[in-house]
Amino acid sequence: MSVKRTLLAVAVTALSTLSTIPAMAADISLLNVSYDPTRELYVDFNAAFAKYYKQKTGDNVTIKQSHGGAGKQARAVIDGLEADVVTLALAYDIDAIAAKGLIKPGWQKELPHNSSPYTSTIVFLVRKGNPKGIKNWDDLVKPGMSVITPNPKTSGGARWNYLAAWAYARHQPGGNDAKAKEFVTRLFKNVPVLDSGARGSTNTFVQRGLGDVLLAWENEAFLAVRELGPDKFDIVTPPESILAEPPVTVIDKVADKRGTRKVAEEYLKYLYTDEGQKIAAKHYYRPINAKIPTKLAKVKKLYTIDKDFGGWQKAQKAHFSDGGTFDQIYR
Amino acid sequence: MKLFSKHTNVLPGFGPTLGFTIFYLCLIVLIPLSALVFKTAEISWQEFLEVVTDQRVLASYKVTFGAALVAAAINAVFGLLTAWVLVRYRFPGRKLIDALVDLPFALPTAVAGITLATIYSHNGWMGRLLEPLGIKVAFTPLGIMVAMIFIGLPFVVRTVQPVIEEIDSELEEAAACLEANRFQTLLRVIFPLLLPSLLTGFALSFARAVGEYGSIIFIAGNMPMISEITPLLIITKLEQFDYTGATAIATVMLLASFLMLLVINLLQKWSRKYAE
Amino acid sequence: MSLPAPPHKRVTAADGPTVTEPALVRWLLIAIALTFLILFLALPLVAVFSQAFEKGMAVYVAALTEADTLSSIKLTLLTAAVAVPLNLFFGVSAAWAIAKFSFPGKNLLTTLIDLPFSVSPVISGLIYVLVFGLQGWLGPWLQEHDIKIVFAVPGIILATIFVTFPFIARELIPLMEAQGRDEEEAAMVLGATGLQTFFRVTLPNIKWGIMYGVILCNARAMGEFGAVSVISGHIRGMTNTVPLHVEILYNEYNFTAAFAVASLLAFLALITLVIKTIAEWKVRATLS
Repeated sequence: MSVKRTLLAVAVTALSTLSTIPAMAADISLLNVSYDPTRELYVDFNAAFAKYYKQKTGDNVTIKQSHGGAGKQARAVIDGLEADVVTLALAYDIDAIAAKGLIKPGWQKELPHNSSPYTSTIVFLVRKGNPKGIKNWDDLVKPGMSVITPNPKTSGGARWNYLAAWAYARHQPGGNDAKAKEFVTRLFKNVPVLDSGARGSTNTFVQRGLGDVLLAWENEAFLAVRELGPDKFDIVTPPESILAEPPVTVIDKVADKRGTRKVAEEYLKYLYTDEGQKIAAKHYYRPINAKIPTKLAKVKKLYTIDKDFGGWQKAQKAHFSDGGTFDQIYR
Repeated sequence: MKLFSKHTNVLPGFGPTLGFTIFYLCLIVLIPLSALVFKTAEISWQEFLEVVTDQRVLASYKVTFGAALVAAAINAVFGLLTAWVLVRYRFPGRKLIDALVDLPFALPTAVAGITLATIYSHNGWMGRLLEPLGIKVAFTPLGIMVAMIFIGLPFVVRTVQPVIEEIDSELEEAAACLEANRFQTLLRVIFPLLLPSLLTGFALSFARAVGEYGSIIFIAGNMPMISEITPLLIITKLEQFDYTGATAIATVMLLASFLMLLVINLLQKWSRKYAE
Repeated sequence: MSLPAPPHKRVTAADGPTVTEPALVRWLLIAIALTFLILFLALPLVAVFSQAFEKGMAVYVAALTEADTLSSIKLTLLTAAVAVPLNLFFGVSAAWAIAKFSFPGKNLLTTLIDLPFSVSPVISGLIYVLVFGLQGWLGPWLQEHDIKIVFAVPGIILATIFVTFPFIARELIPLMEAQGRDEEEAAMVLGATGLQTFFRVTLPNIKWGIMYGVILCNARAMGEFGAVSVISGHIRGMTNTVPLHVEILYNEYNFTAAFAVASLLAFLALITLVIKTIAEWKVRATLS
């Protein structure tokens, strides 16, 4: 009996000792829970912010990063990952966190531009010289074309891909929802592999050499070209695409509990400063401040989630929930 | 027969060891697993049935269990052969090969998946050879099978190997003296001895393959209705914040696992009886 | 999954024609087995190492000594250092109760011990989130008391204990059952205490079984990806184990570093080989 009790005590002590390790940092620490494509952006941004904050207040701030699929990251926060701020791919995932009471309702109005300090869009990554002559969304549904995109059910980026194609088809002459559905159905018939995340798809396209075109975040496409071979790929910016707004917000419950609200808010606001905007532009995001120069090609027409789909809640329900239009493609 | 010849056990420690075993089992395995069932109980029977018998879920059972069955069968054949060769024959590099068998345990499943996808995609070492023959492995159900063979092989080899080591050579000599030819000896004397452990290995490898996720998603292609495995559907449900839907499918898989294991343990009981 | 017996009565080809196959058949079988193993096991291993060393030794070493890699190695070692001894203690005590005594429900107990073998890694991570997560049973209470389990080190250890739970028990139960309890009973009759009996009589008989179990348990503990991925929170430098770090490096298009770190785990398999060979050699030495 006593052996058992001693063991139990040892186990409990061990567990509680270990559990205090993450909370040991002496200076201010923030945890930013983000999605996959922002890794490189936040490496630079965090360094810049730490410097700025040190100058301003004299405090040392270290920012810890966690990256992963947007849905998985949101779930981790819901289940207790103590993020001070989240910087995710879509408002839908942050809404899910808000629904559990961790963020105050109306969070998207707290910061300018729907709380999205930078935007992006969906572009085409093609093989060097664009051998298949891909210029616009029509080209993707041609017979024999092989299109790589992740699974919209598991990847936030893929949902933007899907909605961009949908919006494009619906705005063609004579376009309507039925035509749009037929269009994306034809598009997805050309998809040979559905990876679970954006980076997985990029690897399938680049490393495995599969597919004629990869649908990707603009910043992901530029990063892939830079990292994996400027001589192997070209980026095609279609004349019409969708305005992707990756939002950021403070997790109120966590920030208040940890007493980090001030620095967390400062952190997100810094994204909107010229310095923050320049870093975003450097990593191929589109800065919302028009004065910051960007090398990214103009997209003639950008559809938006709010105007064209009635917001994320509606879009998610109609297209990506069980039995939605995406599921119907594979029936 | 043993049941009646049982005498009082003089060995101490039954209470504490069994107590600790049950306590630890509850703490680590049973209580957490029961959370799965409780979460699932939040939905009605009808909703539960709807979720677990959805067309796409059914298709994923077919892919998962079908591929696992074939993979386990292939592992049974080649695992038996491997174990036999490793125990009975001497050849250069035998030790190295013996160690290699444990590799799938040590290599993280994600690495295994990425590596297999690299080797078997059309520009990889194997893919380049197979694709001209019209065999596509990566991003097809065949790829799922390859990953399952990889992770399941050690279970068969390591279950059969000790039994082969323990086979009494007198049995074979006796059979040989009775004018049985070598093939007959193998078939009639050796194989029945190995069968129980082989079945156990088969079942373990099957059970492991059914649950596998990490290595498979990299090579499967994940096309709905064709190459989508059940664990992926659980993840898909979770991505939509549908916890109960996810746990419902998970519960079905858990039940399947449990039944699997009951069968395994019956097989092992049978194998022990056979050996006596 | 039971213990390969010490190779005391190994039949070899040299024992005579009556108990082996013709040479041609032997070599054919060896060839088939080797082809299969090379295709399915050796090739992936070679691929891992060839990618790891693609850019030379300097890049390889740099990848392994990077700060985040080192912290992931530390965490993986810590995890194994907690999980393996706990499972060892459990394995020995479960094997003692199950193998040396008979009681009703024994079969069910054995089956339940096996259960983690076949639970999908996706599920084994999820169950701890359901119990300890903020929306789970204990989550709110834990948060009030500022105890972190999921998305922190304790959760990672728990998930690792779960996936490696049966390994040692599974090795020991059949072994101890086969050995019966005569020796222990004799020792008790001669006046030894329970603990003396265990350490002097039982332990020497099962030490190789324990070692096999520990090796397998350790390999799996260090290599586990799926379950840990669900529960880790992926905080760089804090809650990333080696397998998770491999995935992160891969996702950063840092393929060489990813495979360099993965090769560490492959080395683990090779180290396992060395330990096992020494063990077998020692067994043979004691027997002869």
